[in-house]
Amino acid sequence: MIAEAGLAALWLAAAMALLQLAMASIGLRARRADVAVAVRPVAVVGGVLGLVSFLCLVAVFMRSDMSVLLVAENSHSAKPMLYKIAGAWGNHEGSMLLWVMVLGIAGAAIALLEKRLEERTLVATLGAQAAIALGFFAFLLLASNPFARVDPAPADGNGLNPLLQDPGLAFHPPTLYLGYVGLSVAFSFAVGALVTRDVGPAFARAMRPWVLAAWIFLTLGITAGSYWAYYELGWGGWWFWDPVENASLMPWLAATALLHSVTVLATRDGLRAWTIMLAVVAFSMSMIGTFLVRSGILTSVHAFAVDPTRGSFILALLALYIGGAMLLFALRVGTVKAGTTFELLSREGALVLNNLLLTVILGVVLIGTLYPIVAQAGGVQLSIGPPFFNKAAGPVALALMMVLVAGPLIRWRRDAWDSLASRLIVPIGAAMLTLGLLVVFARGIGVLPFAGLVVAVGVGVGSLAPLWGRNLRRTPLFTWGMVIAHLGAAVSLFGMASDSAFTKETLVAARPGQTVRSGPFEVTFTGISPAIGPNWSALEGRLVARRGADGTPFPMRPQQRFFANPPTTTNEAAIATRIDGQLYAVLGAQGQDGTWQLRIWWKPFVTLIWLGGALIALGGALSLLGRVWRAGQVERVRAKEARYG
Amino acid sequence: MKRWLIWTPFVAFAAVLWVAAAELKHPADRTVRSGMVGKTLPEFTLPPSVPGKPGLDAAAFRSGEPRLLNVFASWCVPCAAEAPQLLALKRAGVRIDAIAIRDKGVDVRRFLTRFGDPYERIGDDRVSAVQLSLGSSGVPETFVIDGRGRIVAQHVGDIRADEVAGILATVRTAK
Repeated sequence: MIAEAGLAALWLAAAMALLQLAMASIGLRARRADVAVAVRPVAVVGGVLGLVSFLCLVAVFMRSDMSVLLVAENSHSAKPMLYKIAGAWGNHEGSMLLWVMVLGIAGAAIALLEKRLEERTLVATLGAQAAIALGFFAFLLLASNPFARVDPAPADGNGLNPLLQDPGLAFHPPTLYLGYVGLSVAFSFAVGALVTRDVGPAFARAMRPWVLAAWIFLTLGITAGSYWAYYELGWGGWWFWDPVENASLMPWLAATALLHSVTVLATRDGLRAWTIMLAVVAFSMSMIGTFLVRSGILTSVHAFAVDPTRGSFILALLALYIGGAMLLFALRVGTVKAGTTFELLSREGALVLNNLLLTVILGVVLIGTLYPIVAQAGGVQLSIGPPFFNKAAGPVALALMMVLVAGPLIRWRRDAWDSLASRLIVPIGAAMLTLGLLVVFARGIGVLPFAGLVVAVGVGVGSLAPLWGRNLRRTPLFTWGMVIAHLGAAVSLFGMASDSAFTKETLVAARPGQTVRSGPFEVTFTGISPAIGPNWSALEGRLVARRGADGTPFPMRPQQRFFANPPTTTNEAAIATRIDGQLYAVLGAQGQDGTWQLRIWWKPFVTLIWLGGALIALGGALSLLGRVWRAGQVERVRAKEARYG
Repeated sequence: MKRWLIWTPFVAFAAVLWVAAAELKHPADRTVRSGMVGKTLPEFTLPPSVPGKPGLDAAAFRSGEPRLLNVFASWCVPCAAEAPQLLALKRAGVRIDAIAIRDKGVDVRRFLTRFGDPYERIGDDRVSAVQLSLGSSGVPETFVIDGRGRIVAQHVGDIRADEVAGILATVRTAK
């Protein structure tokens, strides 16, 4: 019964989206204010129905109702409850339902909360959002019904891919989805503004919190995904430029550019057409990412739901939405008035440069990801990996980081070179000092890691500069947010550069009793023992590591886990975190001669990569809080004036 | 902004869409081909997987007669789907050996009783070591080996009914 209720709620939610789109169109076209005014409540009802449908799906997963095909295929009654729940969205159908559910909730939130936007633009925005939702409803209901029954019901389910049975990963997809959906809201805003020809600061201020929220979730999602790949896949790396990873990185790059350009539009009324374009591009990137992951068109280590039928459906949606929006953009952008102008050396100028560099990186990643498809069309099989991306995107990213130091120190509208130079003395000095230290102590670590370390220190010091000489308690929260996010970027960069410059890797075929050196550590292999878990059994390597000959010994237990349902082997790395890095051990296969393959890495400061990511997201969150609070304050002052004025 | 510049995103997007749509029509061949095709079988010796049936070593493939080497497991669903085709090949006179991957003797025995037994020898590969040395990435996979122990062809995935004739032809020409 629950499954049927969920399906019914899904159909009703789809009907609400259709109604929402129809009412918005009528309201705008026929200038019927009475019709337009009803769009808001319809959006709220639609959002609630979507939520009900999703909760029904979670319920059938929690009850392990094997008569539902999706549950039978992706769950198992012996699974821990957390993974039963996560199983609801750890598959194609469930994740699409999560997508439309969040989209609906976002629509309801706009309808309830948005007060600053002009009413007509808001109605157009909600109409655009309903149009997006409709496509995904059609996709769910016609091509991938999550509530389909199976008859006869199997005795038990197939289980969830063991690689996904990890608390981090249970929450990784929803985090990314919140980001994607946030970008779809920004997209709807852009389309709404194009429809009513109302592109200006008010529109930018209304759109900004959505972009910011989407960007925070994308940042968190990418950071968590990177850490998951690092400790779960057991290959010791944190980024592989895999198409699935790129699928989440590309929207993030576009959102980062959008975040900065929307600020120019909100504060200085510049970059109007460009901001609209970026909003369209950002959502395009999340759609293209979805398409790449789900169509099976690209080979990836963790692509799922390989299915050309679904691929065609998403491609059609892509053509409809992105093509439609770009057409609308091309037709309407001429009517968007140019905003205010500015000097080359100004905060706006720096933000334009930031946007250009981000766009270049985005272009590099997009080309690298799509090129194999184009080559495939020409009959050539190839894949593009880290060497291309690192070489092509690395230097641009470093240039971007340098702009990041200077940008926040430049005044809006116009500035002078000599006063800027005086403000940059300290960060440049710090960078030079690092350069000197590296030349003396760490020659031959490679050009990119070397430059990365120097720039990271410069940016780290420079990002704090906007706080100098300020009363810290009266500094607005969004300034704090910017400072912390920029500092996070520097911290991340330092971690990445340090990891590629100083990592020590040791690969040995070891016998019990043997001791291996890795960086400053000595690791003794004492033996292998079996281990057992809730739904896996494992071979566990027993290691004792110590720093130097007389350091305190600590145990490490890398495992090879065997899952029965479905039969899979995973590598559980043992990771020991120290203040200056991580010791990372993986147990490999047993050789013919009875030795065991051991792979041990010492990775100095590698944790800074994810700490930086967390700082970036924290900065975003502070900014968002600051903006929302400030907006509320303006609202309160206005209300007061209205009462007494 | 120049007029034509405004249209570039749309045109670029249309181009990407066109290529992607064309590619969806004929999905790429994603099977992992072994680099071992055309080379001699690597040396290996595997203990018997089930009682009463000999284990397998590389020397068995140098008898002067082409054979099939089937990589399978009792826990593998496509392997069960493949079983009738292997039996058909056996009836046509093809001699088939197998490697059981990460499996237990009792399970293999049950699998053979249920789906039929086309194999002359079954080697027990507990840790997939031989499988990996063959360049095989999953189950089931089938290799055609000529009489001198050279790998002639590799078939990835389960053998479908309409593919039996092709494999038979490959075996005949491998003589």
